Amino acid sequence: MNTMTTTATTTVLDASDVTMRFGGLTAVRSVSLTVNSGEIVGLIGPNGAGKTTFFNCLTGLYVPTEGKVSYKGTVLPPKPHLVTQAGIARTFQNIRLFANMTVLENVLVGRHTRTKEGLWSALLRGPGFKKAEAASHERAMELLEFIGLAHKADHLARNLPYGEQRKLEIARALASEPGLLLLDEPTAGMNPQETRAAEELIFAIRDQGIAVLVIEHDMRFIFNLCDRVACLVQGEKLVEGTPETVQSDERVIAAYLGTPFEGAPGAEEVAEVEAAEAAAPGTDSRTEDPK
Amino acid sequence: MTTTLTKDTGSKAIIPLPPTTARIGAVAGAVVAFAGTMMPWTWTSAYPGDLTVYGYPAELQVVTLTGALLTALFALSGLGIRGLTWLTPGGKSSPVLLFALGTLGTVGYAMGSISYQLGGVVNLEPGAWISGVGALIAAVAALGLPAEVAPDEYEPNLWHRLRAATKAPEPGRSTKELPAWLEIVVIGVSFALGLYVFAYCIAAEAELFIGALITTCFGAAAVSRAGLLARLTTLTTKHRNVTMAAAIVAAACFPFTQTDDTYALIGANILIFTTVALGLNIVVGLAGLLDLGYVAFLGVGAYAAALVSGAPTSSIGVQFPFWAAVLTGAGASLVFGVVIGAPTLRLRGDYLAIVTLGFGEIFRIAMQNLNGNTGPDITNGSNGIPNIPDLEFFGFNFGESHEFLGTPLGRPSNYFFLMLIVLVFVVLVFRRSGDSRIGRAWVAIREDETAATAMGINGFRVKLIAFALGATLAGLAGTVQAHLQSTVTPEQYQFANTVPPNSAFLLAAVILGGMGTISGPLIGAALLYLIPKKLEFLEELQLLLFGLALVLLMRFRPEGLVANKRAQLQFHETDQLDVPDQRLPQDTVSVTKAGA
Repeated sequence: MNTMTTTATTTVLDASDVTMRFGGLTAVRSVSLTVNSGEIVGLIGPNGAGKTTFFNCLTGLYVPTEGKVSYKGTVLPPKPHLVTQAGIARTFQNIRLFANMTVLENVLVGRHTRTKEGLWSALLRGPGFKKAEAASHERAMELLEFIGLAHKADHLARNLPYGEQRKLEIARALASEPGLLLLDEPTAGMNPQETRAAEELIFAIRDQGIAVLVIEHDMRFIFNLCDRVACLVQGEKLVEGTPETVQSDERVIAAYLGTPFEGAPGAEEVAEVEAAEAAAPGTDSRTEDPK
Repeated sequence: MTTTLTKDTGSKAIIPLPPTTARIGAVAGAVVAFAGTMMPWTWTSAYPGDLTVYGYPAELQVVTLTGALLTALFALSGLGIRGLTWLTPGGKSSPVLLFALGTLGTVGYAMGSISYQLGGVVNLEPGAWISGVGALIAAVAALGLPAEVAPDEYEPNLWHRLRAATKAPEPGRSTKELPAWLEIVVIGVSFALGLYVFAYCIAAEAELFIGALITTCFGAAAVSRAGLLARLTTLTTKHRNVTMAAAIVAAACFPFTQTDDTYALIGANILIFTTVALGLNIVVGLAGLLDLGYVAFLGVGAYAAALVSGAPTSSIGVQFPFWAAVLTGAGASLVFGVVIGAPTLRLRGDYLAIVTLGFGEIFRIAMQNLNGNTGPDITNGSNGIPNIPDLEFFGFNFGESHEFLGTPLGRPSNYFFLMLIVLVFVVLVFRRSGDSRIGRAWVAIREDETAATAMGINGFRVKLIAFALGATLAGLAGTVQAHLQSTVTPEQYQFANTVPPNSAFLLAAVILGGMGTISGPLIGAALLYLIPKKLEFLEELQLLLFGLALVLLMRFRPEGLVANKRAQLQFHETDQLDVPDQRLPQDTVSVTKAGA
């Protein structure tokens, strides 16, 4: 891990001026973001800020209206499977496992881009096929070991408890041997203990040399975890910087909590409240217009 | 003996009887029914199968006799009689009830059918009444057996309790390890039994067939409830190759059991139907693409083979050797599959179904119109291509009868063996492609296409491979079909018809049998071919009954006859076995360890 930080950091992900419009609605407006190797970057913002849309633009599920996304210097084609092939893996906000496949099979599907046995080799079953299958199995079991689900390899994914499904989704993403992992709300619905475990897991992933970009609403989690945090509000990047900078930025606080009135409460409001209070003990307050 | 009984008395029976009394009653009823089958059921041999003889059971009586015997055996097994307990590792009550109901159904059907055909109850001889009353006693007594599964409902009514009475707990793991050779013998015997039942049913007349079908259906359910099927499945999964060999041998023995070419022809047609159904299972069961025009690929293969067969009416006057014809047929289907798949596979779900339905009809109508009047003369329009010559391999003429092991094997038998080879090939393709990187990609696409593409799967490409592979396999079967039927016409390849194979029946075979399994479509297709074939006298009522049967099956067994393990868990979440172990607090510790 230390070697990663001391060596010259390279840019893994470079999204420049990404804009996504759906008809008249601009969900993401010229957002630029870079992720360097060995870094955990957080993406926060109130609901509907465009975080997941931005993720979908990065992974090719949406084709950005403007701007480009490049991974390690090459511009990514807007096709999800090519993006994964290039080295970006992701998880989903609402878990999207292959529910009726076993835990092991789920991870094996993640290996799809790193193996190339086609239909012919599957039908002929040559030695190369068997070797590749064995290697995939071994790698998948290692990953299950890593997230602590090896003992449930034969269970159906749908039967796992919620927290383990989240972990399995991460393992499936890791199976594609990514250089960058995109996590969309990895701790949603978890209790503090599980959140803590997820934090450890993400640190461990970073230590393997995988850069992480994470969307999250749990501020304690994000400020513990991330080297850098960007805040999206209404499709625009408001601020980017260290957790401390973002935490103390007034605009961020305003975006989440709203702005206080200038010089409020003013005399006008006070008079209004008093008038209302005076009217309240009356027999029929509904007929009285407090204005 | 007493331990099992006292344990059972905790749950309520539908008819309150002491368990031992109920069990003995069931045995007694079965014995009475058995005795009845030894006596004549009617006075005239006008009713098919001559049920007029003393001391010697015939046809429907044999079926009843078998049912009664099995009822008695399973009831005695529940009593804990030594040497019989292995029959019921799972449920002990419900198999008896199901067998008794099956026997009652068969006798009841026989009595009704005799009275109806001969014009009145007066035509029944005492034997029929004795058997009927015996079966009734057995069924009533079986209802007095303690239920082993409590009804799901909070306040169960009679229907709920009746359904619960036909259910049984899953058998536990076998405590005794059998020697390997014995396990293989068990597998062999099961397949031999299957072959016997199949050969018996295929040669039966309509009345006997219905009786045998009633007993077989109830019997299959009973054997499954008794836990024997689960035991057998453990064995077959343990010895997969032996199982496959046994299945092939059993199928290959079929022509030797038939003296009549008509039944061998039915057998060969069933094999074609099952092969195509298995091909469709790749598209529907694995990749999850609803294809409603699949029979068109069978047609493409058949037409391609017919055109190059050297048939006098073929517009191309060439005669390819069979291997070349097979490649032509399969190749033409492959091309057709890719051409249709490439534009349509960008659609999902219902839209794909509609488009494939349309393409299936386009094929049929195109074949009709390429007749020289409304288009170029290629296919002779609705007359089709008749007089397709029989195949010939190294001097082995498929059209002639050949003597093998002292048994004459006619034309249909030759094609039966050829089709069997094709089926084995398709099974191998299905098994190998399903259990590989590409197969997992298909299932992933079926489960969640967005997530699958996000995992790096090129959805379009993988779906196109499934579609093209399915088409090729259907085309392969089509080449044999063209020669077997010696005629191809556009009307053979409709969406829905009373004669399988057609797209609706193929899809039904896959869904009835069990999606994503190998044995499911095989069984489903065999049943869907045989039942309409035997019930031809129902005529226009057939499709109605077919629809009704589909609705009932989907209501009570949505995962199909042979459940894929995954599907079973999916549809019956309440009684799944694979429920993960309860999570313990130390789980989180292990995660932290893994993460550190």
